Amino acid sequence: MHQTLNATPQSPVVSLKNVHKSFGPLKVLDGVSFAVDRGEVLVLIGRSGSGKSTALRCIDRFEKIDSGEIVVCDHRVSDPKLDLRALRQDVGIVFQSYNLFPHLTIEENITLAPCSVKGVSKAQAKEQARQVLAQVGLEDKLHQYPEQLSGGQQQRAAIARSLAMQPKVMLFDEVTSALDPELTGEVLKVIEALAADGMTMVMVTHEMGFARGIANRVVFMHRGKVHETGPAAILTSPATPELAQFVGTGL
Amino acid sequence: MGGSLNANHLMFLGYGALWTIGLSLIGLLGGGIAGFIIALCRISPSRIVRLLSAGYVQIIQGTPLLVIMFLTYFGLPTLGITVSPLTAAGASLTIYVGAYLGEIWRGSIESVPKPQWEAAEGLALSRSQRMVKVILPQAVRIATPPTVGFMVQIIKNTSLASVVGFVELARSGQIINNSLFEPFLIYTIIAVIYFALCYPISRISRRLEMRSGPARLSLGTA
Repeated sequence: MHQTLNATPQSPVVSLKNVHKSFGPLKVLDGVSFAVDRGEVLVLIGRSGSGKSTALRCIDRFEKIDSGEIVVCDHRVSDPKLDLRALRQDVGIVFQSYNLFPHLTIEENITLAPCSVKGVSKAQAKEQARQVLAQVGLEDKLHQYPEQLSGGQQQRAAIARSLAMQPKVMLFDEVTSALDPELTGEVLKVIEALAADGMTMVMVTHEMGFARGIANRVVFMHRGKVHETGPAAILTSPATPELAQFVGTGL
Repeated sequence: MGGSLNANHLMFLGYGALWTIGLSLIGLLGGGIAGFIIALCRISPSRIVRLLSAGYVQIIQGTPLLVIMFLTYFGLPTLGITVSPLTAAGASLTIYVGAYLGEIWRGSIESVPKPQWEAAEGLALSRSQRMVKVILPQAVRIATPPTVGFMVQIIKNTSLASVVGFVELARSGQIINNSLFEPFLIYTIIAVIYFALCYPISRISRRLEMRSGPARLSLGTA
């Protein structure tokens, strides 16, 4: 079931090759490899501690890897001389805890990075903020502060904030884990719309039903390794007993 | 000796009180600048800078302000550097206040949740942009009540400048007492004036603490 790397003529947007990473004595990633092509949605699943979130964080260099190679949008992430800010202009990341900036309005949250990183004019950034907020269905929240929004709305605003940087790939780290089922739905709908628009995405999620619906490829991680990988269908007909057990308990 | 408390004495005390306020402001300004630099050094990516600034804080916090005053006023001249009482007192307060405000502000900066840093990093903001636009505005809100509270300590500590001959409120009280010999009366007046200076600030600090709820309150970022 393990896919081959470098098989596609067009280079993948994200590729991990034989990535190793330990936290002290604890081996978190033990030779992880996978790749994501343009427009593809890759879903990372696995138990807590299986290394899926760490793998995701390594893509945006929030964690440094011990060995192996990661290439994201032609940035060699594993290279110590990497231009971090260039990488992060190409990669959008959304966290479980939203992490909107509480002292700024939603509009200011969204315009901050385009204005200060990309040098976009204030007027242009505001126009863009309106667009991305409309995309997530929050155009009326422009001038509110994060604390005035529900969890689901905050998460959608956080997605909009990432989108305003026009990333080439979006990373989602358990973005619905802090939300109740009703709010989860509204966030997942936004992500589905993004996928339909052709956004390349890597996401860690515990929502198996959602994963089945959206994933072009599923990577099941187990003990720091890619244990099983394939199309969304592997979630309904797993090949390994570990995945079978995982989806059995996950559903 | 002899005579009784008259308007001239009160004028003299008022003059001393003004110098207490002046010295407090010097301490706050100088210590504020020093403290800001110390706070940034304490969280610097460079290990050496972190260690040096931590050492500074440890040494100053472990030394009485009185001794720092003695060192600058009586110690420096033996090295060939003569300083006026005002310079000695101002420099000592700056050194002293810098160490404390540095720690208060370091704590405030570090108590901005880590994910805020990560979110800012994820948006490709540079380290200084993250600091100025994301972390400091939130840290200022956290730091304001303890900083205002610490101003009370600064005002009271300026009384130590009397030992280097600087005529602030406490010293002017001493001088008057030397001629009138009414210690209870005069030091009560001195105490009341200190209290009148400090109490409003304590109250402000309390109020700030109580209403430091919503994030945006103290910030009018447009």
